[in-house]
Amino acid sequence: MSILNIQDILETVNMLREENLDIRTITMGISLFDCAGPDAGRVADRVYDKLMRRAKDLVKTGEDIERTYGIPIVNKRVSVTPISMIGASLSPEGYVTVARAMDRAAKDLGVNFIGGFSALVQKGFTAGADAMVTAIPQALSETERVCSSVNVASTKAGVNMDAVRRMGATIKRLAFLTKDEDSIGCAKFVVFANVPEDNPFMAGAFHGVGEPECVINVGVSGPGVVASAIDRAGDCDLSALADTIKKTAFKITRMGQLVAYEAARRLDVPFGIVDLSLAPTPAVGDSVAHILEKMGLEQTGAHGTTACLALLNDAVKKGGVMASGHVGGLSGAFIPVSEDAGMIDAVRAGSLTVEKLEAMTAVCSVGLDMIAVPGDTPEAVLCGMIADEISIGVANTKTTAVRVIPAYGKRAGDQVRYGGLLGSAPVMPLNIRSPEKFISRGGRIPAPIHSLKN
Amino acid sequence: MRAVITVIGKDSKGIIAKVSGACYEYGANIIDITQSVLREYFAMIMLAECDSLSVPFTEFARALSALGEQNALDIRTMHEDVFQSMHRI
Repeated sequence: MSILNIQDILETVNMLREENLDIRTITMGISLFDCAGPDAGRVADRVYDKLMRRAKDLVKTGEDIERTYGIPIVNKRVSVTPISMIGASLSPEGYVTVARAMDRAAKDLGVNFIGGFSALVQKGFTAGADAMVTAIPQALSETERVCSSVNVASTKAGVNMDAVRRMGATIKRLAFLTKDEDSIGCAKFVVFANVPEDNPFMAGAFHGVGEPECVINVGVSGPGVVASAIDRAGDCDLSALADTIKKTAFKITRMGQLVAYEAARRLDVPFGIVDLSLAPTPAVGDSVAHILEKMGLEQTGAHGTTACLALLNDAVKKGGVMASGHVGGLSGAFIPVSEDAGMIDAVRAGSLTVEKLEAMTAVCSVGLDMIAVPGDTPEAVLCGMIADEISIGVANTKTTAVRVIPAYGKRAGDQVRYGGLLGSAPVMPLNIRSPEKFISRGGRIPAPIHSLKN
Repeated sequence: MRAVITVIGKDSKGIIAKVSGACYEYGANIIDITQSVLREYFAMIMLAECDSLSVPFTEFARALSALGEQNALDIRTMHEDVFQSMHRI
C-alpha cells in the first residue's frame, strides 16, 4: 500500500485492539508563581482563574487527538508549581483553601487529577513548606482530585530525617481521615527522593521551578504490547529478548512523541518531555508482573525477579530514548501493587513480599508504590520503610518514592478496594520490629560522597 | 491529510461496498485498498484522502466506527502519521 506496509498497519491496529496500547496521560504543567500572595482567599481565586484560563482546552484537545489518531488517551491532567512556594506565608487552613480551589478547577476542567500540592524539603522546611505539610491530611481528605508529594531527600542534599519522621505521622493521619474509603487519601500522596520536576504521572506530578510558564508532558504506557512481543519472541536468549523489548519500546514511544507534539501544537504550549514508562493498570493484559513472568519466572517475586526487571527497565529506556526528542519524568517500569493484576496475584500467593519489592525499586523507575499495609502499623515503622526506600534513591542517584496505605482497621490478608486505575490490593504484612530510636534521632543523613561531582 | 481505514471482522458480502459507500457519502477519496488476514479475521485496509470531507475528520471517523458496530466489524479510521511515526525512523 503505497509507502505504508500492510503488516506494519496490522501490527499497530493489533496493539490497540488486543494489547491495551494507549497514551496514559497528557499532563499540562502550569506555573502558579504569579498567583502568590498573603491572603488565602485571593490566592485560591487566582489559582482557580489561572487553571481555568490555561487548561480550558486541554480535555477537548486530548479527545480530538484521540479521535484523529485513533489512539486512546486515558488521562488528561494538570500539574502545578509546588503549592508550598506560592502560598509561602499562608497558614495550614489557608493551604486547605487553596487545595479546595485546585479541586474545583480540576472538576470544572474535567481532569481526573491535579498534582502539585507539594513541597521540596530535602534540606529543611521553609515556613510555607511547614504549614503546607501540616495541611496535607485535611487537604487530601476534603478534596477528591488533588494529589500531593513531598521530596524529603536528594543525592545532593542527603536525607532530611526530620521530614521523614513527619511523613509517617502525615500518612497515618491521612489514613484515619479517609478511613471510610479504605484510607484512599494515602493513594494521593507520595514521598520522594530525587523527585523529577517534569513527571506527568500522578500522584507525584508537579510543575518544577525551572519549567516554563506552561508545558505539555506525555506519559506513554504499554505493558501489554511488551508482554505480547516477548511471547512472540519465543525461546530466545536474553540478548535477543532485550532487543525485542527495545524495538517495542521504540514503537510505543513514537506514538507518545506524535501525540505530545500534536497536543503542544494544538494548545500552543511548548512540548516538554515524553515519559517512557510501562505503567500497568488492573486490566487483564496490562501488567508489568506478567511481563516478568513471560521472561521466565514462575511468579513475580521469585529469585531472579530483580534481574528481569533490571533488563526490562534498561531496554525500555534504550528503545524509547531514540524515539523521542526529549525524554524525562520517571521513565522506566512502574511496579504499583494495587494497579497491577499480576502483582496482586503474586502478593496473594505469598510470592511477592515488601522486602522483594524494595529490592526491585533499586532497578526500576519508582518505589514502593500502592502498597496496603495493616492499619495499626506504628508510625516509626512507616518512617523506617520510607527511610530505607529513600536511601536507595539517594545512594543510587535515582528517583525513589513511597506511596503506602496503612489501611485503617485492616489487617494483613484483608483487602482494600478503590476501583478504577487505583485498583485493589491485599494488605501486606510488615516487619514491625521498632526503628523508633533511629527515627527519633532526627537530623539529616549526609549526602553520599559521590554527590560531590564538581 | 490521508487516513488509514482498517476494517477487521468476519468476512461477509458487501463489506467493501458499505465502507466505500460511506467514504463517498462523506467526501473521502479512496487512494488504495488491500486486504489481508489478522489472526483468524478478515482485514481490509484503505488509504483515503480526507482533505475535502463534508464533515470534520473526527466526525467521519466516528461515523465509520458506528457503521462497523452495526455490522459486527471493527472499523478504525486513523491519521496516517500514526503509522509513519511508529514504523519509520
